Amino acid sequence: MKRFSKIFTVIVFVFLYLPMLVLAAASFNKGSDVGAFTGFTFQQYGALFKDHTLLPLLRNSIITAVLAAVISTILGTMAAVGIFNMNKRPKAIAMAITNVPMTNPDIVTGVSLALLFAFAGTLMRKNGVMGFWTLLIAHITFDMPYVILSVMPKLTQMDPDLQEAALDLGCTPIQAFFRVVIHEIMPGILSGALMAFTMSLDDFVISYFVYGPNFVTLPVEIYNYTKKPLQPKIYALFTLLFLVILALMVIMNLLQNRDNLRRQAGRGRGRA
Amino acid sequence: MKNRFLAGPYLLWMAVFTLIPLGIVVYYAFTDSITGAFTLENLAKIGIYLPIFFRSMGLAAIACVICLIIGYPVAWCIAKASPSRRRLLSMLVMLPMCMSFLLRTLAWVALLEDTGIVNQALGAIGLGPLPLVRNNGAVILGMVYNYLPYMITPLYTVIMKIDPKLEEAAQDLGCSGGQVFRRVTLPLSIPGIVSGITMVFVPAVSTFYISQKLGGTGTVLIGDVIESQFKTAYNPNLGAALSLILMLMVLICVGIMNHFSSDEDLGEELVVQ
Repeated sequence: MKRFSKIFTVIVFVFLYLPMLVLAAASFNKGSDVGAFTGFTFQQYGALFKDHTLLPLLRNSIITAVLAAVISTILGTMAAVGIFNMNKRPKAIAMAITNVPMTNPDIVTGVSLALLFAFAGTLMRKNGVMGFWTLLIAHITFDMPYVILSVMPKLTQMDPDLQEAALDLGCTPIQAFFRVVIHEIMPGILSGALMAFTMSLDDFVISYFVYGPNFVTLPVEIYNYTKKPLQPKIYALFTLLFLVILALMVIMNLLQNRDNLRRQAGRGRGRA
Repeated sequence: MKNRFLAGPYLLWMAVFTLIPLGIVVYYAFTDSITGAFTLENLAKIGIYLPIFFRSMGLAAIACVICLIIGYPVAWCIAKASPSRRRLLSMLVMLPMCMSFLLRTLAWVALLEDTGIVNQALGAIGLGPLPLVRNNGAVILGMVYNYLPYMITPLYTVIMKIDPKLEEAAQDLGCSGGQVFRRVTLPLSIPGIVSGITMVFVPAVSTFYISQKLGGTGTVLIGDVIESQFKTAYNPNLGAALSLILMLMVLICVGIMNHFSSDEDLGEELVVQ
């Protein structure tokens, strides 16, 4: 049974990574057809760095993802603290609202925001409202629930005496938050911010309905591209992004391992 | 404590950018695209699109079941591994979620095409090109491939939380391996199964990209129809009506699913800690 499930797991990982291997192989291909490997070359990587269309799109994606992650982490953390301190009834309502964008299909979220922005555009008698701001607003909207849902469990786990002790010792509520509470819930804030960032960076469906021609992100352009034949340098970009994300994840993994070890050591000392 | 007012900006934001837009969807669904007068015509057209709705739900449901069958043993294997290996494996599950799903889906087209990599390999051993793409099977494969990590992650979080003492106790009381699984492990992983199914079903039922790339003319899904109403056919009122129906359908399905789970906060398993 154990052996079977191990072999099975390996097969599933091959299934998950096979398409990415295909794309990585295509980035070293002389020909432009993914299905036919005609020779090894670094040409696509050279073409990528000389290219003036793909890199600005990547920059747009990163700007949107960073801004959306920062704003949604601040608003979302504030909201989590606020909702946590609510009474039962308003808390249930606030959490229900948080679950709306999470359970709604992305296409419905995208379409509903598109209709809102179009409506606001006609109210302001303005053409072409879609652009950077509509994209950013949409991204913040779908990011915030992720932040709240990852901060909330940390608030629940936190010892309520800590905050009270800080208040008793003369902290104002704001000081208590920044000196005590925030340290306790930091892992939740960080993982929320990271999720918000990755969700934004790779979002296609919602962005597709609210982007404007003046500010296009990479996934949207890849979709528009794929109606025409794809440029092979995009595979080179994919491979580089894959390596960057892999490196980031490995570093985070190592940091977490070290953190856990340190925490275990700390706890041991505390008990002794 | 006045802390609760910290949620004010968030609630205001969600009212303006989530609740009001949904109200606008309802408004569009009930109005005529040209005159703007009240009409039930858009919603009445659902009759024409009913087979497409059923196809979307059918394919998404099959993809869910396959994801569960494939995902459960993997999640179990990850949950039972040593802590450092567990972190590595769960990272490897999450990594594909961060990479462009458009390009990864296109890679499947390159693999499955008539002249694609799989058929070339089959040809080398003397098997004729199989029609692997532009059919229901390819769309299901695309859904399973793209959304499998969303099934594995909540499953593994829940299985990991199961106290191993419970399984040991069952064993001590005379359960066989299969019985331990059926009577202890499986019932305790139901919250993970429920949120996994929800996380796979919702994006699968509303997808338009997977069906456009891997499907054929016979595999148009409801997401394709909605997308075309907004992007090419330009009938946002019909698009809004179909979106409204899709949303209600998903709400009903999620509601039924949650009924099986005692867990109140569906979202919590979705978030990776």
